[in-house]
Amino acid sequence: MLEIIGQVDKIVGPVVHARGVEKAKMLDLVEVGEFHLVGEIVKLDGDRAVIQVYEDTTGLAPGTNIYSAGVPLSVELGPGLIGTIYDGIQRPLEKIRDTSDQYIQKGIHVAALDREKRWLFTPSLAVGDDVTGGEVAGTVQETELIEHRVLVPPTVNGKVTWVAEEGEYSIADVVAKTENAEGECFEVNLHQRWPVRRGRPTGKRIPLSIPLITGQRVIDTLFPVAKGGTVVVPGGFGTGKTMTQHALAKWSDADIVVYIGCGERGNEMTDVLIEFPKLVDPRTKRPIMERTIMIANTSNMPVAAREASIYTGITIAEYYRDQGYHVAIMADSTSRWAEALRELSGRMEEMPADEGYPAYLPTRLAEFYERAGMFETLEGKEGSISIVGSVSPPGGDFSEPVTQHSKRFVRCMWALDRQLANARHYPAISWLDSYSEYVDEISGWWQERSGGEWGELRRRIMDLLQQEGKFQQVVKLVGPDVLPDTQRIVLETCTLFKNAFLQQNSFDKIDMYCTPEKQIKMLQVILEFYDRGVEVIRKGANIHQLKKLEVYSDILRIKFAVRNDEIEKIDKIRDKLGRSMERIADMFD
Amino acid sequence: MADRNIREGREYIGIASISGPLVAIKGIHNVGYNELAEVVDSNGHIRLGMILESSEKAAVIQVFEGTSGLSVPETRVRFKGEPLHFGAGAEILGRVFNGLGQPIDDGPVPLAEKRMDVNGLPINPTAREYPKEFIQTGISAIDGMNTLVRGQKLPVFSGTGLPHNRLVAQITRQAKLIGEDTQFAVVFAAMGIKHDVARYFIRNFEESGVLEKVVLFLNLADDPSVERLVTPRTALTAAEFLAFDMNMHVLVILTDMTNYCESLREISTIREEIPSRKGYPGYLYSDLSMIYERAGMVKGIEGSITQMPILTMPNDDISHPVPDLSGYITEGQIVLERELDQRNIYPPIAGLPSLSRLMKDGIGEGMTREDHAHVASQLFAAYSHVKDVRALAAVIGEEELTPLDKIYLEFGERFEREFLSQDEYEDRSITETLDIGWQVMSTLPKEELYRISEEEIAKYYGKE
Ligand SMILES: Nc1ncnc2c1ncn2[C@@H]1O[C@H](COP(=O)(O)OP(=O)(O)OP(=O)(O)O)[C@@H](O)[C@H]1O
Ligand SMILES: [Mg+2]
Repeated sequence: MLEIIGQVDKIVGPVVHARGVEKAKMLDLVEVGEFHLVGEIVKLDGDRAVIQVYEDTTGLAPGTNIYSAGVPLSVELGPGLIGTIYDGIQRPLEKIRDTSDQYIQKGIHVAALDREKRWLFTPSLAVGDDVTGGEVAGTVQETELIEHRVLVPPTVNGKVTWVAEEGEYSIADVVAKTENAEGECFEVNLHQRWPVRRGRPTGKRIPLSIPLITGQRVIDTLFPVAKGGTVVVPGGFGTGKTMTQHALAKWSDADIVVYIGCGERGNEMTDVLIEFPKLVDPRTKRPIMERTIMIANTSNMPVAAREASIYTGITIAEYYRDQGYHVAIMADSTSRWAEALRELSGRMEEMPADEGYPAYLPTRLAEFYERAGMFETLEGKEGSISIVGSVSPPGGDFSEPVTQHSKRFVRCMWALDRQLANARHYPAISWLDSYSEYVDEISGWWQERSGGEWGELRRRIMDLLQQEGKFQQVVKLVGPDVLPDTQRIVLETCTLFKNAFLQQNSFDKIDMYCTPEKQIKMLQVILEFYDRGVEVIRKGANIHQLKKLEVYSDILRIKFAVRNDEIEKIDKIRDKLGRSMERIADMFD
Repeated sequence: MADRNIREGREYIGIASISGPLVAIKGIHNVGYNELAEVVDSNGHIRLGMILESSEKAAVIQVFEGTSGLSVPETRVRFKGEPLHFGAGAEILGRVFNGLGQPIDDGPVPLAEKRMDVNGLPINPTAREYPKEFIQTGISAIDGMNTLVRGQKLPVFSGTGLPHNRLVAQITRQAKLIGEDTQFAVVFAAMGIKHDVARYFIRNFEESGVLEKVVLFLNLADDPSVERLVTPRTALTAAEFLAFDMNMHVLVILTDMTNYCESLREISTIREEIPSRKGYPGYLYSDLSMIYERAGMVKGIEGSITQMPILTMPNDDISHPVPDLSGYITEGQIVLERELDQRNIYPPIAGLPSLSRLMKDGIGEGMTREDHAHVASQLFAAYSHVKDVRALAAVIGEEELTPLDKIYLEFGERFEREFLSQDEYEDRSITETLDIGWQVMSTLPKEELYRISEEEIAKYYGKE
C-alpha cells in the first residue's frame, strides 16, 4: 500500500523538505528515506512538502524516497492499551525492547496493539439491531478493573447483519457486520483507528458537578478540580510538578489515567513503571496499573514525536470517554510540547511571535484543553476527560507565553512556589496564587458528605489565610510581638493549618493519600483550635499557653498517625482539645 | 546503500563559502545529515567536521577545529558516510583524548573493541533500572540533605571563584558505597576550562591513586570552541562503554557546561536561527537533555553512569538559561552560595536551593538510617525559618526578636558551622553526619521538631 510520493530535498534536523510531491494530503503519514523514518506532512506548496520526522534524521540523505499510504497519523484503539507504555507515536516501548538492546534504535516498526493476544468477547448486539457509531458492540474484560466496551466506529451505521459469537478473538478479528439503507456494508473490528489530530465525535456537553478527588488536601479542599475540568500546574524546576502529577495518577478517583511524559526524564517513567504495579487503589483494591496508560517521549527522544505525544494521549483518552468512563490526563510538561512546536516552527522558518513561539501556539493550546469536559456519550452514558497540564516556565517566571496562554483556557491553577519548595513545604502549591473556578460547581458533592458544613469550613480557612497574609506584612516590619494575641492566634492557626494540613508528604505511607472524610475532620479540628483559642484568649490566656498544649502536637501528627480507616481517632483528639481549652479557661474564671 | 558506499571517500576540491566555523559546499553528491566530513586544508592538514544541513548537491559543514587558514578554492572535502565514532576499548582507561576522541598523550591509539556513534541513542525507559543505591561522599551537606545515588545526574551550580573544583575533587576522592569496595572509574570531560584547572584534577586523581581508572577528554580554553560541542558526547560514549559493556561504575564529570552552551549559541547565531532567551537557541533544552539523559542504570547490567556536571551561573543567577534548563533536566542540583564562601564556610553548599530528587529511595533503614528522611526534612524546615528570622532581625534588630526566634538564630549558626562546614579532607560517615544533624537540632526545643516522629526524638534528641 505504500507508494513513493516524492524525494527528500533538504534535511534540517527533524524537518525534511521534499520535492516532486504530487499526490499527498496535509497530515498524511509518511516514511522517509532508506530507514523508513516515520513522519507527517505539515505543509504543502505546489510539488513541495514539509515533513516533520518523528525519528532521528542522522544519516538521512537528499534524493532518497518518501513513501506514504495516504492515511493520517492515527492511533490504534482496542483492548490491550491499558498497562502499556507507548512512545509519542504509540509504539509500545516494551515490545521495542524485546527486539533490541536497552536503546531505542531508529526505523523500528511495531504495531501498537498485540496481534496475537486473544480476548474473550461478549457481544451485546443482535442481528437486525439498528446501530450508529458509538454504540457498544460487545465487551471484553481488559483488566480486572476495566470492562472494555467495543464501540461501533463513528463512521459505521446500519442494520446488524452478523455478530460474532461469544468467544476468543484477536484484535484484528471482525466481531460484527452492518449494512445501511444505501446498501453500504461495514465491519466492526475488535479495534479501530482514529486520526490523532481530530477529536472523536461525542454527544453534548454536560455541566460539571462532581469533583475529581485526588486525596491531596490542598487540592481537594482549597483548589478542587471537577471531573471534566482543566488545570495548569506551573512551577520552576524542582518545585513539584511531577510529584503532583504522579500523586494524581496514583490517587485520583478517575476510572482511567493517561499519563503523558512529554519531554521529561527517562527515570520518571521508569519510576511509574516500577511503582504503579505495586500500588493498590484505595477504592477498588486493585493495582493502579490496571487503569493506567502511559505515553513517554522523554526529553532525549526526537522532538517531533514530543509534539505528537499530547495528541496520541488525548485521543486514547477520548476513546475511553466514549465508553462511558471518567478519564484523567496528566501531561508533564506542556511546555516541552510548546517548545517542540517552537523548534519545528523555527526550522520551517515561520514568523515567530512571543519569545520565538509560533503565532498559533494559543490556538493549539485552546484546541487541546477544549477536548476536556463531561459529555453525554453517543450511547447516552456519561464520560469525561479532565486534563492536568504542567507548565515549566523559564526561570520560574509565570509571565512567559505558555503559562499566560494556558491560563486563558483552563479554569483552575495550582501555582507552585519556589519559596515553599525551598522550605520543603510540599506540595508547594501556593494558597495565595492558586485558584479554582470549580468550587461552586462541586460544593454540592462536599456539602452532602460533610453534613452541609464544607462550604463554611472552606470559606473560613480561606479567610484566615487572607488575614494572615496581611498580618505577615506587619510582622515582616516589626516582629510578631507587637500584634495582639487575638491576631497572633490567626497566625498560629494558619501555621498549624500549613504544617498539619496543607503539607502532605507523598513518601509517607499514611499521608500520601487522604480521604475526603479525613480532610473534613482535620479541617474541623483546626478551626476548633482557632475558635476555642479566641475564646480563651479573650478571657486572658496567652498564645504561648496554646502552643504548649500537648494536643497541639497531636493535631500536627494526625496526618501521619491516623489512618484513613480510623478517622474516629480524630474525634478523640477533638475532645482532648476541648478539655485542654476548658482547663485554660478555668484558670481565668 | 551500496550506491552510497561507492560515493563515500570521493574527494571534492573547493568549497562555496566560509562563515565562522561553518563551511558551505556545493556540487557534491547527496550526503547524510549529521554525518562526518574531513576538511583538508592546503597543507594537507585534516580537520573533522559535521554536516549541519544537507540538501541536494549541497551541504553546510561545521568544522570542529575552526576554519582559520582555510581557503575557498583550495580546501578539499571528503565525506565519511557516517557520524563521528569513538573507538572504545579497555585500553582507553588511563588515557587522555581531545574532544573528538583522538589520543593526545603521545601513547599509541588504543585498541578499539567497539566503534560507537558518539551521538548515542535514547535509553528505553522500560530498560532502565531506577537508581537507588546510596553513594557516601563523606560530605554532610550532600549525604545528609542532598543524597547522591548511583546512576543519578546531579550537577553543581557554581559561580566564578567558588570552590566547585575542590568540592568535586573531594567527591571523587571520597565517593563510595557502604560495604562495597569497588572504586568508581572516572570519565572527565573538560570543556573550555583553563589548563591549571585540568592540571588540578589530574594531580588530584594521581594523589588518590585512581589515574589508571580515569579517562580524560580535554578541550581546554585555548582549544577550538566548536570541538566543545562533541566533547561531552565523546566522553559519554566512553562512559557507556565502560558502564554497559565492561560493567564498571562510572562517575562522569563534565565541566564547564556553561562553556558548552556558549559554543552552541555561537553556532546558532552564525546560522541566524531565531534565538530564545539570552540569545541561546530554542533547542538548548533538547540538546542538553541528550547529554544529561545519558546517565543511569540498565536492567540486567552491572555497571552505571553517575553524572556530575559543573556549571558556572553567569552573575550567580540561577534563572539564567544554562542553570535553569539544566535544573529542568537533571535530578536535582548542588548549589554553591557566594555568601557562605565569603564567610569562609567550606563547602559553601546553599541550604535551601540544593536538592536531590533521587534521595527518597536511597535513604532510610537498611540503607542509611531510619531517621534520615525526617532529619533532612526538619533541617530544611528549620533552616528556612532561620532565613526568615535573619531577614526580620535585619529590620527590627536582634534584641526585638522573640525568645524562640533567638534560639533559631543560634541553631542557624551551629548548622552552618558544625553541619555544613567541614574540612576538604574530612570524610564523614553517614552516621556521623546524622549525629551532627541531631546535635545541631537539639538547639531547638522538642516541640519545634514537628517533622520528626516521637520515637526518633526519644532516641536521638539531646544526645551528645
Ligand atoms: N508532595 C511532595 N512530597 C514530598 N516531596 C516532594 C513533594 N513534592 C515535591 N517533592 C520533592 O521535590 C522534588 C522535585 O519535585 P518534582 O520532580 O515533582 O519537580 P518538578 O516541578 O517536576 O521539576 P522539573 O520541572 O525539573 O521536572 C522531588 O524529588 C521531591 O524530593
Ligand atoms: Mg518534573
